[in-house]
Amino acid sequence: MNKYMIYLNSKRCIGCHGCEVHCKTNKKLPVGPILCEISHEPLKAVRGVPRTEFQFRSCYHCEDPYCVPVCPTGAMQKRQDGIVFVDQEKCIGCMACAGACPWGIPQYNSETGKAIKCDYCMDRVDAGLKPACVTKCATHALKFVTLQEI
Amino acid sequence: MKKTVWSMCGMCSVRCPIKVEVENGRVEWIEGNPHILKGALCAKGSAGVALIADDERPQQPLIRKGGRGAGRWEPVSWYTALDYIGEKLNKIIAQYGAKSVMMSCRGGPWADFFKTFIHGLGSPNFTNHDSGCGRNVHHASLSIYGLGRKDLIYDIKNAKHLVLFGRNILESLRIAEANQVLDMLDAGGRLTYVDVRQTMTGIKATRFFQVRPGTDYALALGLINAIIKREAYDKEFIEKYVTGFDELVEFIQPYTLEWAAKECEVKIKPLQMFVEELAGDRPRVVFHPGWMLSRYNDSFYASRSLQILNVLMGNIEVKGGQLFPKGAADCGVKGIRNLSSLITQKPADKRADGVGWKYKHFDKGPGLFHLFYDAIETGEPYPMKAMICYRHDPFNCFPDPAAQKRALDKMELLVSVDTHYSEFGWYSDVILPESAYLERESPIALQKGLKPRLIVRQKAVEPKFDTKPAWWIFKQLADRVGIGQYFPYNTIEELWAWQLEPTGYKIEDFNAKGFVELTDKPIMYDRNNLDGKFKTPSGKIELVSKVLTEAGLPSFKPYVSPIKPPEGMFRLVFGRSAVNAHGHTINNPLLYELLPYNTLWINKREASKLGINDGDWVDVISQPQEVTGTIRAKVTEFIHQDAVYMIHGFGRQIPLQTRAYHAGMADQKLQIGLLKEMDPAGGGLCLCESFVEVRRSAKNPKRSVEL
Repeated sequence: MNKYMIYLNSKRCIGCHGCEVHCKTNKKLPVGPILCEISHEPLKAVRGVPRTEFQFRSCYHCEDPYCVPVCPTGAMQKRQDGIVFVDQEKCIGCMACAGACPWGIPQYNSETGKAIKCDYCMDRVDAGLKPACVTKCATHALKFVTLQEI
Repeated sequence: MKKTVWSMCGMCSVRCPIKVEVENGRVEWIEGNPHILKGALCAKGSAGVALIADDERPQQPLIRKGGRGAGRWEPVSWYTALDYIGEKLNKIIAQYGAKSVMMSCRGGPWADFFKTFIHGLGSPNFTNHDSGCGRNVHHASLSIYGLGRKDLIYDIKNAKHLVLFGRNILESLRIAEANQVLDMLDAGGRLTYVDVRQTMTGIKATRFFQVRPGTDYALALGLINAIIKREAYDKEFIEKYVTGFDELVEFIQPYTLEWAAKECEVKIKPLQMFVEELAGDRPRVVFHPGWMLSRYNDSFYASRSLQILNVLMGNIEVKGGQLFPKGAADCGVKGIRNLSSLITQKPADKRADGVGWKYKHFDKGPGLFHLFYDAIETGEPYPMKAMICYRHDPFNCFPDPAAQKRALDKMELLVSVDTHYSEFGWYSDVILPESAYLERESPIALQKGLKPRLIVRQKAVEPKFDTKPAWWIFKQLADRVGIGQYFPYNTIEELWAWQLEPTGYKIEDFNAKGFVELTDKPIMYDRNNLDGKFKTPSGKIELVSKVLTEAGLPSFKPYVSPIKPPEGMFRLVFGRSAVNAHGHTINNPLLYELLPYNTLWINKREASKLGINDGDWVDVISQPQEVTGTIRAKVTEFIHQDAVYMIHGFGRQIPLQTRAYHAGMADQKLQIGLLKEMDPAGGGLCLCESFVEVRRSAKNPKRSVEL
């Protein structure tokens, strides 16, 4: 059972793409991989005001992820709390995970030669903090949510 | 070793307070100061780490070897560069007088520093970028209230209705202000947005008017008319504090809301509903008077009209309206000491830009930069021979850089002090590289507000290259031209201590939160007793301005309809994206990844007439045909058919900036002749008063016959 998710309040999102850079700088990524992404539909006029909705996508942290079993070295793992992450020590950069993922979420870090993906900044989460994208969201539109069973 | 450094961002001119985590001399984390911004930061703010890592910036002082702009540089030591400038300046001063030296900066909390340098030298010629930015707004505010544009702040969070005329508040992106707007919307407030195109701000609006370019003034006049007719204004406030209301009533008669709707090409019904909303929402209504309003030849009067609407709403010093920002005196404490207090005698010469004697209605503070070009070209009122630009890139912020270069060729010394290669720097004689903001300290600054505070930029890491902070550079220059006494310090600690001395605070007091608050509670004035707060000649809010009248200018200018672009031509408008701060961040690797080039927005119907599809290459040709360029078209129905739009800052031509080099197109290079097009009343340049021809390029995105 997944414990966490990142929720975007589209009403507060201003499409500043800050989250993407907050993530990249926290993970020290070079130009290339982008682990979370803000996107929006083309504008559509609603009662005289052209509007759009924003979407935030990082990794779905699937209940039953395709990327984990396909990993030949066991680098791709799912934690008890549901976070799917890459153990950088074990990863050999074969990118089988990216091929297995329906959305191509894992990306190649050309500087380390390994796969990289959103892990909700689990080192920060384990230290009682929130993921980088949420902590620094320019308008507090992103929320890190702990799911509860009802 | 880990440490936390409180500082101020320097990616754009907003200067958000930040908290920086440093480990073993490396920046590991930057976030918005949690005590002020709750961590919030924009893309630019986080990309600060890429700025300090970037080696495509000047790494040590450079002296020009070849012709100006040829890009041949001799790397030299700091002392060689400073001695070189010192000698040149001393020679120029001996021959032409100190007044032949001018100094420009980008305004802001440390402008005092640069003003002290040039005034200390004995030259009155201190200036900044603002005639290509907010001068019209500033002068409009002065003409109404006798207060500058920053002498009133907007309590957006508590407003019921925020009205923005082209102020793209969510993409110009001041973090604290953007959150106020969203908080206001969350609380059920209304946002009315007026622009020639749709923006990130417009999509959050409750009402949107897409107007014909150049008709803002007409819409504002129509609104004034309707509000007066409906008697939806604060009669008591006007009775008490305002002069010239009767003259306004008389002037406004012909400008009905129906007339405005027709002139602006918007529907009348929504406009009438908007007026009804204003009537119910006042006084908690804020008409933003504009920020970068160097746009049309009546932008000054448009901004004045927006201020008149604020006055009609009676929104001064009320919750959700416009507030007086409070300073140290309001808190009953002493403020920081500024270097300019050491200048006992202001330079006696008249300014070379004519401000203060030829143009008496303009604020003498920074004058008007573009008017110096007349002086440089003609040698009148006296020859100008040396220019120092700190952090200011006139070729990026003023129109027609080619015309600027022709004038600058008459000058003997051009110095650029900047963290990056500016277009001006590339053309100058000496580049003095300033350390990036994370690598330098800045003097203490006062931030006025309901709760004024002192704030400081501390150094997070050592400079990666042989660069220096401005406080050091200008002290060194001052010593070389014999004015070291105005910079009474050797280290930044000494400067901070000197600044703080009257306040009783110590620099250690900033350690807890990165700032020092001068009061616990927000300070408000008594709205029933605002006498003395308005600094006009009469002490009242002047709808008929004495200053304008004395300058022979009307307080109410009859409206003149903007010219329609000729067939096949478009009015060139420009704006901002949230991921870049004009030109100076385009080459940042992380920001370049988000937005590597700009596009030309063109109306769908117009594009189809010209056979242009979305993503096609189009040629954009200046009028007269001096500059052409090719850019990808973004075809959209959400821009007025008379206009084409591009994001400002692109089209850079510095080969050492490999990413930004020739990426996209520069609007200012297409603005031929606009360097001399000034709003005579407001002093702002008219940057949207040019037309360009657009045609489908021969460059076919789908065809290439190469092997």
